[in-house]
Amino acid sequence: MTAHDPNLSRRNLSRRTWLKGAGALVIGLHLPGTARAQSSGAGAAFRPGGNATFAPNAFIRVAPDNSVTVLVKHIEFGQGPFTGLATLAAEEMDADWSQMRSEHAPADVKLYANLAFGVQGTGGSTAIANSWEQMRKAGATARAMLVQAAADAWKVPAAEITVVSGVISHASGKQGRFGEFAEAASKLPVPENAPLKPASAYKLIGKEGAVKRLDSYDKSRGKAQFTIDIHAPNMLTVVVARPPRFGGKVASFDAAATLKVKGVVDVKQIGSGVAVYATGMWPALKGREALKVSWDESAAEKRGSRELIAEYRALARQKGTTAGKHGDAEAVLAKADKVVEAEFVFPYLAHAPMEPLDGYLQWDGTEALARFGSQFQTTEHQTIAAILGLPPEKVKLETMLAGGSFGRRAQVSQHLAAELAMAAKAIGPNRPVKLVWTREDDLAGGYYRPLFVHRMRGAVKDGKITAWADNIVGQSFFLGTPLEAMVVKDGIDATSVEGANELFYEIADFNCEVANPKVGVPTLWWRSVGHTHTGYAVECFIDELLQAAGQDPLSGRIALMGDKHARAIAVLKAVGEMANWKGPGPVGDRARGVAVVESFGSFVAQIAEVSFVDGEPKVHKVWCAVDCGVAVNPDVIRAQMEGGIGFGLGHALYGELTLDQGKPVQANFDSYRSLRIQEMPEVEVKIIASTVAPTGVGEPGVPPIGPAVANALAALGQQRPRQLPMVGRTV
Amino acid sequence: MVSLKVNGTTHSVDVDDDTPLLWAIRDNIGLTGTKFGCGVAQCGACTVYVDGQPVRSCVTPVSAVGDSEITTIEAITGKEAEAVQAAWTARDVPQCGYCQSGQVMSAVALLKENKKPTDRDIDLAMNGNLCRCATYVRIRAAIHDAARALEI
Ligand code: FES
Ligand code: FES
Repeated sequence: MTAHDPNLSRRNLSRRTWLKGAGALVIGLHLPGTARAQSSGAGAAFRPGGNATFAPNAFIRVAPDNSVTVLVKHIEFGQGPFTGLATLAAEEMDADWSQMRSEHAPADVKLYANLAFGVQGTGGSTAIANSWEQMRKAGATARAMLVQAAADAWKVPAAEITVVSGVISHASGKQGRFGEFAEAASKLPVPENAPLKPASAYKLIGKEGAVKRLDSYDKSRGKAQFTIDIHAPNMLTVVVARPPRFGGKVASFDAAATLKVKGVVDVKQIGSGVAVYATGMWPALKGREALKVSWDESAAEKRGSRELIAEYRALARQKGTTAGKHGDAEAVLAKADKVVEAEFVFPYLAHAPMEPLDGYLQWDGTEALARFGSQFQTTEHQTIAAILGLPPEKVKLETMLAGGSFGRRAQVSQHLAAELAMAAKAIGPNRPVKLVWTREDDLAGGYYRPLFVHRMRGAVKDGKITAWADNIVGQSFFLGTPLEAMVVKDGIDATSVEGANELFYEIADFNCEVANPKVGVPTLWWRSVGHTHTGYAVECFIDELLQAAGQDPLSGRIALMGDKHARAIAVLKAVGEMANWKGPGPVGDRARGVAVVESFGSFVAQIAEVSFVDGEPKVHKVWCAVDCGVAVNPDVIRAQMEGGIGFGLGHALYGELTLDQGKPVQANFDSYRSLRIQEMPEVEVKIIASTVAPTGVGEPGVPPIGPAVANALAALGQQRPRQLPMVGRTV
Repeated sequence: MVSLKVNGTTHSVDVDDDTPLLWAIRDNIGLTGTKFGCGVAQCGACTVYVDGQPVRSCVTPVSAVGDSEITTIEAITGKEAEAVQAAWTARDVPQCGYCQSGQVMSAVALLKENKKPTDRDIDLAMNGNLCRCATYVRIRAAIHDAARALEI
């Protein structure tokens, strides 16, 4: 989950820049050219695809039983690449959906680099966008070779052969399925430029109901295997005692009581804390409970959320670094009769993926196998090899299904891979380890969405918004990391200001400044990254200014866009039609709010219908219009909008990770309140028809819901919440 | 040694009495469909049946189970289980899927008790099951689908 715009010719190159800088090769589109299929590297290098006999390229395996396995280079953690990438390949192969399978590709940067990053990794809602050409070409190549094999066998011209739903046939009555020709196809040269279908010929892409998720069956039956489910002979479960404050270190420890716990095997100090090794999770936890560690907190961060907010508020009153400017907003504000001011405060947030962080590693001193929900395979692979002191080619990394990520597994610091390797190394070879974080470890473990303050000022004159100023303060994920020099350009980290330094709205005098103070709390991108706070600040404040100008929130937004933002206008109009928008209301005890955000190249507008019940906002219904270019799997897109809305809403309403003198306060789901079924609104999604190349949907559903709800609350006569979460705030 | 009757088979497991049923099932018996999400009865990922009743196995010590029959996601059977799992697949409910064993266990238990649950019944029966992917819209719809399928 991360930066950035899949359209790399545009702004925001930060993600890609740092990954390049991480020492990896940059490989362009890789499809074996004229190489023979069997020697095309992939076939020999690993076993994925099971008993496949035909491996025309790095992405597709055809087995004698007709099954087609797609090797997916992006991690599947719910957002749907297993289904999406298989759809692209199946479309061009003219395969039947029932013969399609998906599995994770192994870590191999030469074959599986994310084309947006240059290394293997998932993020920035790029999976479909960067596989759009690649997987269709892979499918078309496979089809051409299967057809050629059939033509050779039947002694007919390849051009006379048709393929429908996985059946290859010729007018002479000859028929066969993929499996029959797999072996012969594997001996043919790989064609250079197999033609792609025109969109008008699609049978799967964009077709409602044509495709079901490939992973639903197993996931509904407890059969899907996650990292936490790995068992191996002789394996030890590892939990780690980590410092209670960020930046703390182990001073000394006493493991005597721990070693008496039945099932505890060993205790070792590692870089991140003290590791307890046991025969299972419960003894490991009991052992950790019994451990006495004294911590050196001399370098630890001891400020709490309250202190940080006060400091940020003060910083927001000082000159920051200019991130966007036209005209002279300060001059207009200084002279304006009517200035609207609002200060928005956003807490730290944890990602809290349902499956806490975990990893498995086995090594014998010369070779290693790591298995976990790796989101940045290339860099994690290198980290593990470096820590174990092994050459990278002796380390295999297998990506597992992961129980969510929301950005948590996209680790700039690779701390999980490092901890896994350190834990394995400390106990020595031939003791496979499964490292498991508990929920408490997860919530106290940092790498949060950073705390942010937006100080906004706007001027309104004669029903027009004449000036806009936004002073943003919050941590950069990169300051203080080795990547700082590479990513923070001219003092601007794009992930702090995206969505705020350029608006859809034409305002003559505009200023956006940012300050990125250094704080010792590790932070990280969180589903929709900068838009998590910029979307809320901008969309609440524009609504407030439109209200001050006496304009309708929906038509007022469109009017401010001029003629430059056709896709944003289209989603706004569409969502207005869906909801039969007649102004924000209230009607009875319910009112409506609207918001629109572009993130990761996709445009999403939402309208929320809200009432106020027992002191809490109750969101009854959300209408959502999305333009993500070509809609490859409409139902996966709908699911991502539904899930994005629930995720965004839950955090806007309840989500808060408070630090008290540097220590995380919320320990588990009893205090880190998460959206539950009775709080989930009804959701209606419309996907805008488009012929533009597809963009992502994993993140863009998140940003608009918070401000849409806040704007509805304003229509109910309340102030738009200036500080999140809306309910039960502790700071 | 503790004796546990899981999915019709009696297992002797060498664990302390205070070991939560969850870890005995996962680590000792090797059934991993039942998931760990919080360890404090807040998320429902660890839901199993003890004598047919859904319980949070993460806070149920093995000593409290006695010779009760324990059923996990791997062994749920009957028309409610079939209807729920068919509806889950038809609706493509799961995203990451990690919470879904627990969701299915709670949904099947609901339909065994209540053939035609209202939205309010669903809220009450399912609100102990967190889904961080927020698949709730489809969970609700799939439970209604399953209830309809059971009518026929
Ligand atoms: S793991 Fe038992 S309720 Fe969360
Ligand atoms: S499907 Fe991911 S937590 Fe429910």
